[in-house]
Amino acid sequence: MISLENLEIGQEAFIRSFNNSDLSYKLIEMGCLPGEKITLSKIAPLGCPLAIHVAGYELSLRKEEARTIIVEPVA
Amino acid sequence: MSLNQNNNIKVALIGNPNAGKSTLFNALTGLNQKTGNYSGVTVDKHEGRTEFKFNDLVYDISIVDLPGTYSFFPKTIDEKIACDFLVQNKENVDVLVVVVDATNLKRNLLLATQAIDLKYKTVVALNMIDEADQQFIKIDMEGLRNVLGVEVVPTDSRNQNGINELKQAITRAKSSDSFFYDISHKQKNEDFTYKEFLKTHSAEKSEIVKADQLYRYNTINYILAKHIHTPEQLSKKETTARIDKLTTHPVFGYLFLLFVLFLVFQFIFFIAEYPMSWIEGGFLALQEFISSHLPHGQLSDLLSNGVLAGISGVLMFIPQIALLFLFIGILEDSGYMARASFIMDKLMRKFGLNGKSVIPLISGTACAVPSIMGTRTIGSYKERLITVFILPLISCSARLPVYTLIIALIYPDNSFLGVFNVKGIVLMGMYLLGFFVTLVTAWFMKRLVKVKETSFFVMELPVYRWPQAKSISIMVLNKVKVFVLDAGKIILAISIILWFLSSHGPGKEFDELSQKIEVAQTSGSELQLRELKTQQLEKSYVGKLGHFIEPAIRPLGFDWKIGISLVTSFAAREVFVGTMATIYGANEENTSIKQKLQNETNEAGKPVYNMAVCWSLLLFYAFALQCMSTIATVKRETKSWKWPLLQLVFMTTLAYVSAFGVYQLLS
Repeated sequence: MISLENLEIGQEAFIRSFNNSDLSYKLIEMGCLPGEKITLSKIAPLGCPLAIHVAGYELSLRKEEARTIIVEPVA
Repeated sequence: MSLNQNNNIKVALIGNPNAGKSTLFNALTGLNQKTGNYSGVTVDKHEGRTEFKFNDLVYDISIVDLPGTYSFFPKTIDEKIACDFLVQNKENVDVLVVVVDATNLKRNLLLATQAIDLKYKTVVALNMIDEADQQFIKIDMEGLRNVLGVEVVPTDSRNQNGINELKQAITRAKSSDSFFYDISHKQKNEDFTYKEFLKTHSAEKSEIVKADQLYRYNTINYILAKHIHTPEQLSKKETTARIDKLTTHPVFGYLFLLFVLFLVFQFIFFIAEYPMSWIEGGFLALQEFISSHLPHGQLSDLLSNGVLAGISGVLMFIPQIALLFLFIGILEDSGYMARASFIMDKLMRKFGLNGKSVIPLISGTACAVPSIMGTRTIGSYKERLITVFILPLISCSARLPVYTLIIALIYPDNSFLGVFNVKGIVLMGMYLLGFFVTLVTAWFMKRLVKVKETSFFVMELPVYRWPQAKSISIMVLNKVKVFVLDAGKIILAISIILWFLSSHGPGKEFDELSQKIEVAQTSGSELQLRELKTQQLEKSYVGKLGHFIEPAIRPLGFDWKIGISLVTSFAAREVFVGTMATIYGANEENTSIKQKLQNETNEAGKPVYNMAVCWSLLLFYAFALQCMSTIATVKRETKSWKWPLLQLVFMTTLAYVSAFGVYQLLS
């Protein structure tokens, strides 16, 4: 298990849990559900924010927000 | 609440951001719109009407376009407006239309199921159905209708398809018998309604809230599996990914952004000048016509120099506002704004700003007024407030005539530093100084401003789409209307007050001078007339005011003559040059004023406009909020006098202290 910020571009993973309760409400609302498959699609040139494909669309989040999402990379 | 009795239907539109809600609103109402306020908040309220004939009946449908929201658990002020409006049923809504992005059903259905659970008569508009078709997304309409229990209408608001069908569905809308909340609520409490649930829990962050969302997503996954077929590979998204390779590239991404900013700058700064000069010229001709055709007197003077001057001062902003919003509309609609925000966010955040602050900051070099209106696109309330607060510190085009005149006084045309002209360097320095102070102020604001809103950056990167001329032009029109009607009132009022103060004076002296001027206008020489006008201005209320504030501005090196110009140029900075011309009896050409100012000496026979005084003036005009239009616009955009007054106090203090510092240093 690693946090989303440690994924590489193009890498797929399943969301497992959140380690920040406050933020998890917003993330769930945006379709980042536990069990959902995501792909890290891009990282901004300055290293933050990054973007993921989730629930059929593309979502951008800041690094500290990505850090709160625990994922399991697809083997 | 039978609809058919009076055939008036009150509709509320709700939907996710980027679901095409505003385009649908425009398609439904056309130009039949007005912009108002929700009580006590900064959010604009968009309302419109449409008439609809169906089955020999005429329906009068009035529509409120609620701010976009992702769910009924609001996270921002805008979202809270939308949610409260429906949960508290503030205005007796008859029919709720939920706008859903058909290409992005999973996330959009979260809001839709919540909306349906409120038990309004509901219609779901499956918008962007054309794109869903292109992506080979197959939707079983009948199945969706049955499972949701409400009317479902496919629409393509960008091409105006399905609009009539949507209006028909509105006339026969019903509330759903299905519910999507957890049934155990009902088992525990017979009287459970989702509306009451939201009234108590919508602002909470509790397990019960999380459980509600997860429960809904479970149901949605079931609905999607049963009624929607989505192919794996999506062509539209591939195009978007290809364009993104350029727009978020470490080199080309910034070059492209630079190019976009360059275009915006060119249009706001140079192209807008043509229509602005037409407006100015038209009004000057009108003013001349009035003063030569109406009998001389108070009334004609008020009309031409007070009212008309004020109106022209308001209308002058229209080209810049329209052009800036044309650009913002294109950038937002196409999806590029989200990418600009994506690559600039880290940099801007250091200063408490937002990736989307970039466009207003650049257009601020032309004019703060449209730029402040342009901060609407910034989602975070705090970051938007900071951007609005610092924008007037950027050197705008109205400062240019002031800078040019003063710099010319102390640096001769032919002074060079190496191959560079010194005047040019100083002018550029003033612009850079403006930017520097702007960023420093933002940095402090970031630490000072406390807002009760959790800041998320979590932001959708929508697929690229062609911008739609119709919805952008309606948006531009609305912005211009809002400015002219709201901010325009304040600008007009202040300019009439300033007219009164400079064309009236206490005591006999002023009246005698007025009579002399009238005589001189027919028989006297131009020189005589100018001298009389100089005397008249000194004896007017503004003149008295200039004398009155002299002790306060002495430490900055300013005399009462500059004092008068400070008072009049509160209308707009460039008025400084015109007032100085009147005071020194010069005509309005720069060389003439320049000579008069350079020849001005004090009691000791030394020139008044020396290095110290001029630099003091430069810094004062760089930082002081000498612009009633900015104040009126900030009032309009923040919906309170608190922020414009804070801004006025802060900027005046900053201007005073720095002018004082540089004057004491150099003299």
